[in-house]
Amino acid sequence: MGTLTEEIFTRRLGREVHAGEIVVAPVDYAMAHDVTGPLAIEAFRKLGVPLWDPQRVIMVFDHILPANTVASAGLHKVVRDFADEFGVTHVFQEGICHQLMVEKGFIRPGGIVVGADSHSTTYGALGCFSAGFGSTDIAVTFATGKTWFRVPETIRINLRGALPPGIFPKDLALKVIRMLGAEGANYLAVEWGGEAVEAMSVDERLTLANLTVDFGGKAGLCEPDEHTRAYLGEAEVYDLHPIAPVYRSLIEVDAQTLEPQIACPPAIDNVQDLSAVAGTELDEVFVGSCANGRIEDLAIVAGYFKGRQVSPRTRTIVVPASKQIYMEALARGYIQTFMEAGALVMNAGCGPCLGRQHGVLGPGERALSTSNRNYAGRMGSAQAEIYLANPAVAAASALAGVITDPRGLN
Amino acid sequence: MARLFKFGDAISTDAIIPGCYNVTTDAAALGKACFIEARPDFAGTVQQGDVIIGGRNFGCGSSREHAPMAIKAAGIQAVVARSFARIFYRNAINIGLPVIQCDAIYDAVEDGDPISIDIHSGGIDVDGKMFQGETPGPVAAAIMEAGTLIDLIKTRGWAAIEEVS
Ligand code: SF4
Repeated sequence: MGTLTEEIFTRRLGREVHAGEIVVAPVDYAMAHDVTGPLAIEAFRKLGVPLWDPQRVIMVFDHILPANTVASAGLHKVVRDFADEFGVTHVFQEGICHQLMVEKGFIRPGGIVVGADSHSTTYGALGCFSAGFGSTDIAVTFATGKTWFRVPETIRINLRGALPPGIFPKDLALKVIRMLGAEGANYLAVEWGGEAVEAMSVDERLTLANLTVDFGGKAGLCEPDEHTRAYLGEAEVYDLHPIAPVYRSLIEVDAQTLEPQIACPPAIDNVQDLSAVAGTELDEVFVGSCANGRIEDLAIVAGYFKGRQVSPRTRTIVVPASKQIYMEALARGYIQTFMEAGALVMNAGCGPCLGRQHGVLGPGERALSTSNRNYAGRMGSAQAEIYLANPAVAAASALAGVITDPRGLN
Repeated sequence: MARLFKFGDAISTDAIIPGCYNVTTDAAALGKACFIEARPDFAGTVQQGDVIIGGRNFGCGSSREHAPMAIKAAGIQAVVARSFARIFYRNAINIGLPVIQCDAIYDAVEDGDPISIDIHSGGIDVDGKMFQGETPGPVAAAIMEAGTLIDLIKTRGWAAIEEVS
């Protein structure tokens, strides 16, 4: 009995669990990456115990890939040495950690997964309870296979009606952030449901679950259904529903009347309708990240770029979220389309999202990105400005060199 | 006398330690780069024992533990804020940086005011004005008592947390 979160913890712990309880729970997998991994490894070594299970520890090189400085190469070496010493074999350098956790089959409905990265909420799209932690918490999970949770209360968000043409899950997520504010779900779980979510592919739900942490959510869950079954295979999906749930609050959003939403600098909850900022000149457009770097996102962008040229005054950077997505984009001809249009295509990974590698912004520059963070300094200079939008807006804006409504273009 | 550094709302982990400066696990290096873009004079002027007063949603954004590490290594004794982002709060407690939620203090104090804090009781004295911070939850209290999460788990294992749950 309870919310998706309560149902998952109840099943997992074999006793009825309710929001507000503090539990120590076993987890399926613990993930860390090239930036958070080294700190987790240092903390783990202080515990002086063996690794809980080398098969359940996932290490991903994605934030700075390949290493761009001697210092970042040093971080990578710390992770490689740890993996060698403790027999960790799930070490990846082929995309963003969150995309790989899903693609590599570590995520199952009803699972509990922890990651040393805030966007670990992404896996909730498949009905898995997953949350982001710091390195020390993850180190303790490396040692014990467990972590502690205060089982969160839940905000239920029902997205009514169908998304109109040219409106995407990113717009829904930004609309909800606009309504609730950047800490609207702090310490809480979010359930995403309603007609618009039921109609969504798993790729689209991953965007919603991903952005849940950007308004403070501890986890962002979708009920597993036929889309989940089609994605994971029948055998992996068992029935998991909220049963007589008591929600902290219930939010209704009308999908049908939505306009493209833009998160404007310097905060994720400074969200405006696109019309309010249309025409704003851009120095960079970034398509990618764990929010919107999947094949469906690249398909949208390729559709706009086909036979056109991006604005010469705006550098346009496309980064597929994983190697698998990159290769699919190659097979479908998207990569050729991007390059013919004048975009730069970089290797799968986090890319410009976190301002540590390529695509860094200088003072006074302005970017539009399909990612999920626009804090001052996020992509480079603290004097640069970042706008966040859906992939169609990014494509149309790259072509025009200014923020542009894609709905007028074919 | 310790002084307070007042910050606004939504101080992100990107502001505390920007991406290009947290390519290290060295606490001292992180401390030197603390707020390097957002408040470039911070690391040079902060004295051991000073206190940060933050607005709402302090520490929002990425889960990088480098952020509380940087604040602690810079010499800050505690962060008092109107509210904290969940992961930052947990990370700070885990590494032994006291974080205290207190709403009333924010509008009543100014950058540079003298401050003293009793970490155990949550009592805060700013130039004779007294404020009471919220007491931490049972797990946070247990970790603070032990020093860090690593100290707690190393000495007592999960039993320490199961006991208070
Ligand atoms: S793509 Fe951006 S938000 Fe996602 S994990 Fe990488 S740095 Fe974080």
